[in-house]
Amino acid sequence: MTATLFYILALVSVVGAIAVIAARNPVYSVLCLVVTFFAIAGQYVLLNAQFLAIVHVIVYAGAIMVLFLFVLMMLNLNRESEPLQPTLIKVIAVASGGMLLLTLVAALRGVERIPLAGAQDTQLGLVKNLGRLLFTEYVAPFEISSILFLAAMVGAVTIGMRSKSDKREIINHL
Amino acid sequence: MDNTITVTQVIPIEMYVWLSAALFAIGVTGVLLRRNAIVVLMCIELMLNAVNLLLAAFSTYLSDASGQIMVFFIMVVAAAEASVGLALLVMIYRNTKSVDISFLNKLKW
Repeated sequence: MTATLFYILALVSVVGAIAVIAARNPVYSVLCLVVTFFAIAGQYVLLNAQFLAIVHVIVYAGAIMVLFLFVLMMLNLNRESEPLQPTLIKVIAVASGGMLLLTLVAALRGVERIPLAGAQDTQLGLVKNLGRLLFTEYVAPFEISSILFLAAMVGAVTIGMRSKSDKREIINHL
Repeated sequence: MDNTITVTQVIPIEMYVWLSAALFAIGVTGVLLRRNAIVVLMCIELMLNAVNLLLAAFSTYLSDASGQIMVFFIMVVAAAEASVGLALLVMIYRNTKSVDISFLNKLKW
């Protein structure tokens, strides 16, 4: 049952990822990416990483993908406005991606010889355990990441803000 | 311990390695293949997720929670990156009326 679930989720995530890069319409790309992210969240549940699964769904499917969808709709991008690579570049891109996969597989071939811990701790991925670790051992990176978020927030607002001359132009246009 | 079959007993770790490698390679292919800058950003998110999945898998197989904390921090950085990147794209679109990355090649020289 667990093995079947793993293979189904793996298949869904890979097919979704291929659909992301193959879909002409960028809105379909976003929706396929959401499917892929849900499959990866399923993998987290299988791995007993419940906290990560919840955070993954909330942050990726809930926040980041909605942001992408918003921007796509705001810019009114669709199939007609989609720029296309020349066929030669497409062939080269797919070939180099395939070669990268080949290199990764060849480089990681002996990974099954890594000694793994015998007894598994099923409580590992729960909020209680991770929260304790996050607020004791990793409290400094945690606080620094909040500063990073503040910087990202201020940066996004500053970059997205219109200049004064732009505003005057819009008012004149109205 | 309980009697439920965990994924670590039936799935060898290399299956997760191959799955992550496949997702990462698809992400790289997407970055090279697409010219829409928003789809390129989405492919970068896909690559980040491939790495996240592998970190979580090794964290569970080695019974070490540090990997899951690392995944959490990668998610934080990815969220910040996506918000700033999309703000930049909106700004670029406002000035050039295009999100075509081959149009935005002034930084190449």
